[in-house]
Amino acid sequence: MTAAPDSETPPALVLDGVSVVRGGRVVWDEGDLAVPAGAVVGVIGPNGAGKTTLFQLALGLLPAATGRVEVLGAPPRRGNRRIGYVPQNYTAALGQAVRARDLVALGLTGTRFGLHRSTPDERARVDDALRRVGAAGYADRRMSELSGGQQQRVAIAQAIVDDADLLLLDEPLANLDLRNSQEIVTLLGELRRERAVTIMVVAHDLNPLLPVLTDAVYLLDGHPHHDVIGEVVTEDLLTHLYGTRVRVVRTAQGDLFTRSG
Amino acid sequence: MRFQENWFQILQTTFMQHALVGGSLVALTAGLMGYFVITRQNAFAAHALAHIGFPGATGAILVGAPVTLGLAVFCVGGGLLIGLFGKRVAEREIATGTILAFATGLGVLFASLATANASTTTNVLFGNLLAISRDQLWTFGGFTLLVVAALAVIARPLVFASVDPAVAEARGVPVRALGVAFVVLLALTITMAVQVVGTLLLFALVVTPAAAALRLTARPGAVAGLSVAFALASVWVGLVLSAMIDLPPSFFVVAVAVLIWGTVLVATRERRSARPAAPAVGGHDVVHAVPERAR
Repeated sequence: MTAAPDSETPPALVLDGVSVVRGGRVVWDEGDLAVPAGAVVGVIGPNGAGKTTLFQLALGLLPAATGRVEVLGAPPRRGNRRIGYVPQNYTAALGQAVRARDLVALGLTGTRFGLHRSTPDERARVDDALRRVGAAGYADRRMSELSGGQQQRVAIAQAIVDDADLLLLDEPLANLDLRNSQEIVTLLGELRRERAVTIMVVAHDLNPLLPVLTDAVYLLDGHPHHDVIGEVVTEDLLTHLYGTRVRVVRTAQGDLFTRSG
Repeated sequence: MRFQENWFQILQTTFMQHALVGGSLVALTAGLMGYFVITRQNAFAAHALAHIGFPGATGAILVGAPVTLGLAVFCVGGGLLIGLFGKRVAEREIATGTILAFATGLGVLFASLATANASTTTNVLFGNLLAISRDQLWTFGGFTLLVVAALAVIARPLVFASVDPAVAEARGVPVRALGVAFVVLLALTITMAVQVVGTLLLFALVVTPAAAALRLTARPGAVAGLSVAFALASVWVGLVLSAMIDLPPSFFVVAVAVLIWGTVLVATRERRSARPAAPAVGGHDVVHAVPERAR
């Protein structure tokens, strides 16, 4: 298992002169960027800037009004099995009817019509995904019985069970306490090391993610931009981005911290 | 209310035989659909569709059409109408409730225009297993076959679209079309079930058995099996009781269903509170074991 993608690998996401229109309103335009394969990318910007919209574009759920989009070297399309997706407020709709293992299995066979018994190979892949996210201990529990952090792990297991090359995680740290939040971040780092997967994470708070981020896509003044993380975590840029005074503090561990005030 | 000595002979009469076969078909279909109704968190829609069927039935009497046809047309139509009101639960519930009220009003209007005798209206509201005709059995058989076959085909994507609509849509599952298909299947199920337990008691046969099953297990196959078993038990025991004691079978069917549900509720509540608390944070590969301190 190698982490470094070879130079032949096309970028995970390319925007070329892209604009997005929703309900007659331009969400953002002049999108020109290329997210390299294997990056761990924070997607940041103020509320309503179009972070989730960027994911919908990549998933083929929303067409670009102008320009060209490429995902993993091909035009976006619905049902792309190479993308794993965990939407925002993931746990909101989950009832008591599904177990963690059933939910992960849906990521593998949920699109299949007709009666099929799951094969031993499929069951092994589900177990493997649950183990990789550290959720094997509660695989047979109902989703409604799990904590927010546990539910988020299961959701990530569902996203990786089909060996996706690109993971799109929308606010995976929302509603998690400090410890759970850090554990999810550690998990993302581990996933990245195991396979040359590209991870894009929408987050309103960069701080907990900084240890694993290599790049950032930031939505500023109505346009998406891409840069390596070191260039993004600067006081001027973050202050401009969030419209409030942000300071960057470098700690002894070499970590970058951003905070307002 | 009196015990009927000849209850076993009563069970062997033609109308009881029809009731047993018809009731079993309905229990099979309702038990299966109940699982999906609960995964979709759609119990209110099931309740509402039954009421929307009421004017269908009385309207059919008014124009001299078969009651089953009237029920089917109104349930399917009402289901599609509710389906139009989008995904937002709050919006959908208000629309559903409003349609429900209007439908019930229409039902009363049709009933009075048709000068239907009181017993016909009562049959629609409360069901009458003992009035199922041979022709209706064929219709029931067709509906059951259709619903079970359709569920077999769409079960997996339907569950995906129900518990995880955003991901399912991204994965290419036709979420909207499945929603429409589900409502049509539900309408067909309700069309049958109304004739067993009536519009007012229907909830107990379409939702309650599945709810009880889900408290006992979360394995999808086991839930479906148990749910069907509970629905069948309700119908069979209900019919035998109504043969023994000359009271409406609807009451007994619903009473058995509720009794099963109540028993399961109490039993699982004790078991759940006896179970030790889950580990606070899911450590890596925690084995599902009882912590020492809880013993």
